[in-house]
Amino acid sequence: MERIFDEELKQLRQDILLMASWAEEEIFKSVEALKQRNKALADEVIASDKKIDELENKIDEFCLDLIAMRQPVAQDLRFITMAMQINSDLERIADLAVDIAQRVLDLILQPVLKPLIDIPKLASLAQQMVKEAIDAFINKDVELARKVVLSDKEADALRDLVQKELIYDYLVKDGQTAPRAVPLILVARHLERICDHATNIAEDVIYMIQAKVVRHHPEKL
Amino acid sequence: MPEIITKNLNLWYSGFHALKSINLAFQEKRITAIIGPSGCGKSTLLRVFNRMNDLIEGVRIEGEVLIDGENILDGDFADLVKLRKKVGMVFQRPNPFPLSVYENIVFGLKVHHLVRKREHDLIVRESLESVMLWNDLKDKLHRNALGLSLEQKQRLCIARAIAIKPDILLMDEPCSALDPQATLKIEELMQKLKKDYTIIIVTHNMQQAARTSDDAGFMLLGELIEFDRTVEMFTAPKDRMTEDYITGRYG
Repeated sequence: MERIFDEELKQLRQDILLMASWAEEEIFKSVEALKQRNKALADEVIASDKKIDELENKIDEFCLDLIAMRQPVAQDLRFITMAMQINSDLERIADLAVDIAQRVLDLILQPVLKPLIDIPKLASLAQQMVKEAIDAFINKDVELARKVVLSDKEADALRDLVQKELIYDYLVKDGQTAPRAVPLILVARHLERICDHATNIAEDVIYMIQAKVVRHHPEKL
Repeated sequence: MPEIITKNLNLWYSGFHALKSINLAFQEKRITAIIGPSGCGKSTLLRVFNRMNDLIEGVRIEGEVLIDGENILDGDFADLVKLRKKVGMVFQRPNPFPLSVYENIVFGLKVHHLVRKREHDLIVRESLESVMLWNDLKDKLHRNALGLSLEQKQRLCIARAIAIKPDILLMDEPCSALDPQATLKIEELMQKLKKDYTIIIVTHNMQQAARTSDDAGFMLLGELIEFDRTVEMFTAPKDRMTEDYITGRYG
């Protein structure tokens, strides 16, 4: 039986999808800005943050209205509460894209330190994890969500690799490289944090579908 | 500890199979809600526990209902008065007797010859205090109970039920005739009463079941589909039919 409430849930799903597409776009642009040393693109990312913040508030408010007005239970309750968390994770992802864009603005004022190899790898992993987490949300795909959660270790390893290289091959050998090496270390950290948020989303998707809490419980995955 | 246990309970109204193999354990000093669409058998089940169905023509019951280890459906268990001393009931429409407030409360005490007359005053006071009516009615004890507000009448009926100190309180849609504020007050009263009584409530109102009960059972077409802690049932029901019903998709 179709309920009026179902239309509202569809609307919420659409809003989350819009939020996700914006967040994905911001990651893509910030990474491109880094690779191309493109100031205009980095500025665009920073400017877009406001509209994402606004959408976050709008979605949050909509969720609270639905809880107050419809008193959701069971799968509806899990969907709305997880939508709230996913909304917040997506907004943080967009913030991290802004952080990367700001690092780009620092970096392009200085000569290139080294060719980027592992950072682009980490960037494509981050983009892939966010995309798959959202696909899992749309298609209620537990297997895909599991895959995202399991990818998080790879993200941590790539970040460690980038950090080690920049610290031991550059900072330790020549302190003068710090203004160029530190922003790159931070970019790696921002990308890894994006992967963490994608993991959160995937864990929420598993809870939404199976009512099983896997967050902080990897053994239940 | 379970207060009521049903084993393979079946009930027919002539040819109609109204309860189908119900196996359940109601835990003591908890509130258990029975939910389900109209005609699912929830009120029939409730009425089994104080044998209110006995009077209906053509009723046939099989299985066991154990209260204090005794099968109340047993042929030997003829003592209905004894059963109703243990199991009190509150109905949908408040139904005070057309007597004074005082007489309403001592009615059961007289039927059951429970206490001496001089103790009646004390029990009237205690019962009215339990349902938070004493302050309102202490100077109106000899007024006719039919003159009370709906909410006061329902509280009085609860006071009448608990005056004889039953173990179990059955409530059949106890708030459906009340406005939202009175409903909330009765629900708060239920929370207070569950310290002393095992409460089973039948309700159409899903939010009421979620707000008030510790355990919940969902019935459909005479079958018990799911029985669980209420918090589980309302966040992650195990059966698709329960899910459809509580989210309003059923129909």
